[in-house]
Amino acid sequence: MNFDELFGHLGQHTVDGLAKGSIYALVALGYTLVYGVLKLINFAHSEVFMVGTFTVVGVWSLLGATDSPPLGTLLLLLAAGLLAAALASGLTAVAVERIAYRRLRRMNAPPLIFLITAIGLSLVMSEAFGLWQGRLVVGIPTVLERDVVFSIGGTDVTNTQIITVVAALVMMAGLDVFINRTRYGRGVRAVAQNPDTAALMGVNKDRVIALIFLLGGLLAGAAALLYALRYGNTRFNVGFLLGLKAFTAAVLGGIGNLRGALLGGLLLGVVEVYAATLTQSNWEDVAAFVVLVVVLLFRPTGLLGESLGRARA
Amino acid sequence: MTTTTSRKRLLNGLSDATGGIGDRFRALPKWQRGLAFLAFVAFLYYLPLLGIPGLTWLRTDSIEGGNNWAGVLFVCAVYVLIAIGLNVVIGLAGLLDLGYVGFFAVGAYSVALFGSTQSPVVKALQERFDLPQGWAVAWAICIPIAIAIAMISGVLLGWPTLRLRGDYLAIVTLGFGEIIRIVVRNVSWSGGPHGVAAIPGPEGAPSADNQVFGLIDAKPWYWLALTVVLLLVLAVRRLENSRVGRAWLAVREDEDAAAVMGVYPFKYKLWAFAIGAALGGISGALFASRQGFIEPNQFNAQLSILFVAMVVVGGAGNMAGVALGAFLLAYLPERFRDFAEWRFLVFGLALVLVMLLRPQGLIPSRRRARELKDRAEEVPASV
Amino acid sequence: MSDQNPDVTSEETPDLDEIRSSGPVPRQREVLLDVDHVTLRFGGVTALDDVSFSLYRGEILGLIGPNGAGKTTCFNVMTGVYRPTSGAVRFAGQKVTGRKPHQINRMGIARTFQNIRLFPEMTALENVMVGTDSQHHTSVMGALFRLYRKKVKPHELPVVDSTNGAVRIWQQVRLGCAKVFGISRHTLEERAGERKALELLKFVGIVGRANELARNLPYGDQRRLEIARALATEPKLLCLDEPAAGFNPAEKEELNQLIRRIRDLGYTVLLIEHDMRLVMGVTDRIVVLEFGKKIAEGTPAEVRDNPKVIAAYLGEPADAA
Repeated sequence: MNFDELFGHLGQHTVDGLAKGSIYALVALGYTLVYGVLKLINFAHSEVFMVGTFTVVGVWSLLGATDSPPLGTLLLLLAAGLLAAALASGLTAVAVERIAYRRLRRMNAPPLIFLITAIGLSLVMSEAFGLWQGRLVVGIPTVLERDVVFSIGGTDVTNTQIITVVAALVMMAGLDVFINRTRYGRGVRAVAQNPDTAALMGVNKDRVIALIFLLGGLLAGAAALLYALRYGNTRFNVGFLLGLKAFTAAVLGGIGNLRGALLGGLLLGVVEVYAATLTQSNWEDVAAFVVLVVVLLFRPTGLLGESLGRARA
Repeated sequence: MTTTTSRKRLLNGLSDATGGIGDRFRALPKWQRGLAFLAFVAFLYYLPLLGIPGLTWLRTDSIEGGNNWAGVLFVCAVYVLIAIGLNVVIGLAGLLDLGYVGFFAVGAYSVALFGSTQSPVVKALQERFDLPQGWAVAWAICIPIAIAIAMISGVLLGWPTLRLRGDYLAIVTLGFGEIIRIVVRNVSWSGGPHGVAAIPGPEGAPSADNQVFGLIDAKPWYWLALTVVLLLVLAVRRLENSRVGRAWLAVREDEDAAAVMGVYPFKYKLWAFAIGAALGGISGALFASRQGFIEPNQFNAQLSILFVAMVVVGGAGNMAGVALGAFLLAYLPERFRDFAEWRFLVFGLALVLVMLLRPQGLIPSRRRARELKDRAEEVPASV
Repeated sequence: MSDQNPDVTSEETPDLDEIRSSGPVPRQREVLLDVDHVTLRFGGVTALDDVSFSLYRGEILGLIGPNGAGKTTCFNVMTGVYRPTSGAVRFAGQKVTGRKPHQINRMGIARTFQNIRLFPEMTALENVMVGTDSQHHTSVMGALFRLYRKKVKPHELPVVDSTNGAVRIWQQVRLGCAKVFGISRHTLEERAGERKALELLKFVGIVGRANELARNLPYGDQRRLEIARALATEPKLLCLDEPAAGFNPAEKEELNQLIRRIRDLGYTVLLIEHDMRLVMGVTDRIVVLEFGKKIAEGTPAEVRDNPKVIAAYLGEPADAA
């Protein structure tokens, strides 16, 4: 147990954890949106994220990205990457809904069937990318050199960390406004509370559900870009563990609760970085699940409680 | 509208076909059913000797030009055992366990750590009690140890988590499976990432001298596994048709109503978990004994998901169904080994197609099939 | 399940001793359930306001009131679903509050649900047998190994009745084994449970549908099945939550008869009901709730003439009546 390292640089590790957790939070939002409305675990969401990372790879190699390009090119690359990844992930998520879930919803299938279908889809997608892109790690150019922007009291804050956290917070805020302040958001909340009544009141249920899959996908795409910036590589099965962590984050905060997903993601990121520091990375995954179990034991519906319908609270 | 009705007709036709056979079988007198079952068991024991080209010829990597049919049958039997155990948890008690590989691993590692002369645990015991170099716990004692440890781990996992709601249980169990793998990879007493070798079988440590349970000929292994499977099928059948099985179903259907009727849901859920864990432990122990060598990465979360898929594809709640599901999901990838690159893709596609076209599983439990049929009819055709 | 054929609806009356939990009870004023100054608040809403009444052994008590009067809430407090903010509920001298639902059931309180909650994918017989769960003493190990065997009485031995030679030999072997080794306690309990469940099904009048899935039963039979399932737990007190909801007059009359027969077996019955005619016709005493307060208590005749009750039901202010 390396306590000296952890407490000697506590601020440093916290900042790093927040940056890591922001990525979890963005992916967790996708799980939480779908769960809040449909009450099912969209297991295929991890692959939606994976498609996003490969889209970043594709678009950047198309634009001829190199390590550390000039500022103008960098901005172009970031914008193009974000746009393409968000679109690709969003469309993948909608396609998953159209191809599989909609049929199952029509059949009124029990949740287990949804879960297995999602697992199957997830396998199909990751294997398809494994066959197409190879099964090895695919490198991504380091377009944004890690650079310390400022430091407070010995805590260095890098540009990628700032971008990651700020991007996550901005998107979270945007989503919050969208769900709580717009007409579409009202439809989403209505369907989340009572799908049948919402349908009777003239809300198009299918469109709302497609919308939440699209939203979840867009956020996962954004997370994919941030992931590419932070880790500089991807792989056909990158989604599995990250998806698992993100889902854990969603449950931790209270699944179905948007702010809970953010809180859960950040908390999970920090806990993992602390655990990794203490144990030389060996036990970071275990720490994540131990925290989850402990939280669930004391607060069975997560830190902030569930329900998208009452997302205002 | 037309697609809905045609699909409905297709579904009804399919379930009528299988349900019809099932009904006709159930309508037979008891002794005829018994005879049919005995004949089927005899056929199962004969299976490894069966030689149908194309069906039973399976490539193996261990021997040049060899046939691995019996070896694959052994794996199938182990998977059937897993499916039966997981069916208790998912199909009967209605608890979604995504970390079943954890119990499989616990069983496998129990045999490995207590039975292998090369394991750190056995070495520590040798030092502590001044035992000779070749000493290790006998296989016949390792198996009950494996079952006990698996059951204990099931209770330890279930005690805090079974009070949680279904979806949370799924994620916590998934985490449990991963934790087991990470723990055995990281701690020193489990052989670490290199795994444990020289795991004993019924005749002791693997060696060329073993007469029956050898490395090459898998037929005795298959017969052993099949016998275990049959015994445990009978045991689970007994539970299914008792107070315990009824309580499981009641808890699955409506936990609160069951509690109000005097059934203590937590107790029965914990039993389901413990029994499922014990069966997982036995299958893990068999698997490790046959392999002779295990390492942490053999027990990844994908395997858990494969196990759940066996149960659901076969038809949750129905032992014949889950056994068929397990057989298919173990056999088909071996059959199409030449397309190894593609097999998981095909497996995923098959999973999706089965779920979309036949969500009640290949051999539906009669109850479950009705449930789906009725539910489909409740949906207005205009949606 | 056994080979017994439950479709045979014989005319013989059910074996009442089998169903009856305790012998015929003299109609004495012994308090069975005591609701003692119970107040329940949800946030700012007072659902029950200082409600007190007692339920005597062997009576049929009606709990009535207009919609939203707190009937079901009161019911849920009595059966341990909610914990009262203040006050207490005692059953046969023991506190109900704070116990788990299955423990409350084992104390002797059984209930049915307003919106039927059967186990839809189990047969009617299995549904009732779930209710017998607490009377079994063998559990997983007993079911698995069936080692603890008992000498059995002649009528419990397996029958030899087949005309087929091979089957007859098999049946004789079974009979011999049962004579020599006895029958396992688990099997005996299982048979006792099944017999009792069949008798209860006969008692409520749906024994012919014993092997049908609960979800496939008609609505009225589902209500009866719920009552049979509750009786299978051998309660001292049977709580019926709006059992006549959705019934036509003929069905209500049958229900009325059924409730009386249940009382005649020695059970105490608490009836929550909307339908005034049913309540007036069947109950011994009535408690009336309005807005979470008890406004009247007494015999049906007394309650019927109580101006507060009339006002509550007709929606007039009490002082105007």
